[in-house]
Amino acid sequence: MERFAALLDRLIYTRSRNDKIALVAAYLRETPDPDRGWALAALTSGLNFPAVKASTIRDVVATRVDPLLYSLSRDFVGDTAETASLIWPRQPSDKPPPTVSEAVETMAGMSRSTVIAELSRLLDRLEADGRFALLKMATGALRIGLSGRLARTAFARAFNLDVDEVEEHWHGAKPPYADLFAWATTPEGQKPAIDPLAFKPFMLAHPLEEGSLDLKAFAVEWKWDGIRIQLIGDGSSTKLFSRGGEEISGAFPEIASAYNIRAVMDGELLVRGDVQGGEAGSFNALQQRLGRKKVTSAMLDEFPAFVRLYDLLVEDGDDLRALPWMQRRARLERAIVQLPPDRFDLSQVIEASDWETLVQLRDDARTQAYEGLMFKRRDSIYSGGRKVGLWYKWKRQPLAADCVLMYAQRGSGKRSSYYSDYTFGCWTAPPDQGGELLPVGKAYFGFTDEELKWLDAYVRKHTANRFGPVREVEKTLVLEVAFDSIHLSKRHKSGLAMRFPRIARIRTDKPAEEANLIADLMAMVS
Amino acid sequence: MSNGLGWLRAEKQGIYLPEVDCWIDPSIPVGKALVTHGHADHARGGHGHVMATAPTLAIMALRYGEQSSPRPVDYGDTVSLGDGITATFLPAGHVLGSAQILLERAGERVIVTGDYKRRPDPTCAPFEPTPCDILITEATFGLPVFVHPPIALELDKLVGALVERQDRCVLVGAYALGKAQRIIAELRARGFSDTIYLHGAMEKMCALYEAHGVPLGPLALVADTPLDDLRGKIVICPPSALGDRWTRRLPDPLQAFASGWMRVRQRGVQRAIELPLVISDHADWEELTSTIVELAPQETWITHGREDALVHWCGLHQIRARALDLVGYDDEDEN
Repeated sequence: MERFAALLDRLIYTRSRNDKIALVAAYLRETPDPDRGWALAALTSGLNFPAVKASTIRDVVATRVDPLLYSLSRDFVGDTAETASLIWPRQPSDKPPPTVSEAVETMAGMSRSTVIAELSRLLDRLEADGRFALLKMATGALRIGLSGRLARTAFARAFNLDVDEVEEHWHGAKPPYADLFAWATTPEGQKPAIDPLAFKPFMLAHPLEEGSLDLKAFAVEWKWDGIRIQLIGDGSSTKLFSRGGEEISGAFPEIASAYNIRAVMDGELLVRGDVQGGEAGSFNALQQRLGRKKVTSAMLDEFPAFVRLYDLLVEDGDDLRALPWMQRRARLERAIVQLPPDRFDLSQVIEASDWETLVQLRDDARTQAYEGLMFKRRDSIYSGGRKVGLWYKWKRQPLAADCVLMYAQRGSGKRSSYYSDYTFGCWTAPPDQGGELLPVGKAYFGFTDEELKWLDAYVRKHTANRFGPVREVEKTLVLEVAFDSIHLSKRHKSGLAMRFPRIARIRTDKPAEEANLIADLMAMVS
Repeated sequence: MSNGLGWLRAEKQGIYLPEVDCWIDPSIPVGKALVTHGHADHARGGHGHVMATAPTLAIMALRYGEQSSPRPVDYGDTVSLGDGITATFLPAGHVLGSAQILLERAGERVIVTGDYKRRPDPTCAPFEPTPCDILITEATFGLPVFVHPPIALELDKLVGALVERQDRCVLVGAYALGKAQRIIAELRARGFSDTIYLHGAMEKMCALYEAHGVPLGPLALVADTPLDDLRGKIVICPPSALGDRWTRRLPDPLQAFASGWMRVRQRGVQRAIELPLVISDHADWEELTSTIVELAPQETWITHGREDALVHWCGLHQIRARALDLVGYDDEDEN
């Protein structure tokens, strides 16, 4: 448990993804089974102990600590599990600290009537850091920003495996992943069988350099502006996975229940709305649905989802991924008729034989629910990850607006001494007619290192106000901001939200009064 | 409980002795002041007469310039303040020169702890527990979550990070008076002989410590050192310099912060600290409560920090206690 506690602590203070991967990989290499498997499950929120409720921790502490001393401490610390771990008055225990496995087994065996006493006994065997790890594990609320994808990458790194291969064999495996570790660490360990109904690593596309493809070899589709999704049905139940391999079935129950076939398909999740000719709602609407474990019926009505399908990976238990795209496509077109058309349709193949037409199609894309074009090699297999030469994405030219820098905040990691996160705004009306600036977006990339230094110095020299880590600057600097699209948003006072905004240029040549109006941005809303 | 004893009372600006018009750690300039130690929340410049230990007076001179009528007092010496009141300066174990002040009049004994700790510190004399009728104690870490781990464990982390990342430097944010020198001295005590590099703001205080007989081993200024020579080295700066532009002259600094507040994870995460070091020169909850029990005063007055929890704890243990409402007191730079 102490090693796991130390890992958890380091992860909390580590911001860089690469450093996190290295820490987890080292832990997995150096920790015996089955501790490392349980730890991995805990880190990726794969553990659930029904006897331990959020209120349990408070109840356990109340058996030993005065309630006012606890609540004063809780107010200061801000986190229940951390407060409990720090304040716990240990009673002497003759037992050594529990291993992760022992802790997991003990907690799994607890009932509502035994949980207080048993959890207390575990806590008595641990120092503060160990108690913190135990309590975080017990409540399943680690919240350290470790995705399943990152954990699998760390696993692959730890044992010199290909991450796509790990992905392939991972899904379907259960904590503590004994067969996965046996495969990774022993010569006699077998690769766990691939469950045809388990998540398959997504095939990804490279960005396209204009005109560099032989168009005859490629099929062209729209690049839809939604959420990439994999649907896995066994005929009776269906799971939905996002691109990172996280299950999102709970957020889109109407899709899961309408998908009633035995097949694995790849497609784009979109929300029907009135924005794009009654066809697809904006990405913004989709965001309202994503990330929720449960949805209300009001949300189902307001943001009805559907899937635009573009590939068929498994059908009736047959893995089709080694077949060329053309054959998979033909089978997809046949299979789709079994699905309810209000929830599922087919991503059309675009007929265009010359680049001139394609450029025009791509740049018209803004008014539609797509963000560009996709090129798929007609004879390409479905290969997880990003392989050169098979699939390409070709995004439309970005939109741009001249905005005024309003606030800046320090970055993290190597940028922790730089004001590198910029909030910028546009005018509600021309400033000589009483217009004000309202924030329209925030960006922290797009600039060169030189420009970052310049911007940092600018922020420091032109600070008007400080609010904790945020500096408000004099509203004088114009930034040309590029973005993929812009949407209506209730979250922001300006009523707008940009997608993928970045700083394209610093416009010292332009007076702030000449920056764009909110109305100019409204006209770009798709 | 009254506001005082007649000859001693708590005012917003500090502890006041009306009969002799003398203050302890006043937050405003006054005619006569007794100062427990050199931290800015206790020692202010500009008093008419100031009485403190010699190192504290030296620290005040360094920070505020030469004080008028400074009067040094040795630990254990008793001085008369007039009207039958005497003051004795006793070691508090907080930083170099730090003192508790024992005030006596007609058999009544009052201890003003100033800031103190009970753990060993190679840079200053250890806290001397002294029985008293009224204990006026600090409560900076007056919550039961604050239990400082042994400093050896924290230094293990510091040295471990250094070994692990020879390509970076470990930048330790530490208060320029006390914490920085204690960390250096503790590192020397465990045999760390490598040069330790300093932010410019640390230089004079380190020299002052050495002049008062606290050897700190080889030190150099960051300003005098090429960037690549700092890889694999310990650099110490004031907490305010962490994440500042100044850090750009360092090779990919791994930011550490030595403070009792690092006991709470979010305090470190919010400041983008990668290596929290729970090292404090204040008494932790255990020290605060066990000191009250040990000295067994008739009354305990609590100030400087989170008084509520400690007052409540005293109530639970049937100890008479009250919170003082002094202005301007919180640990400078540590919050």
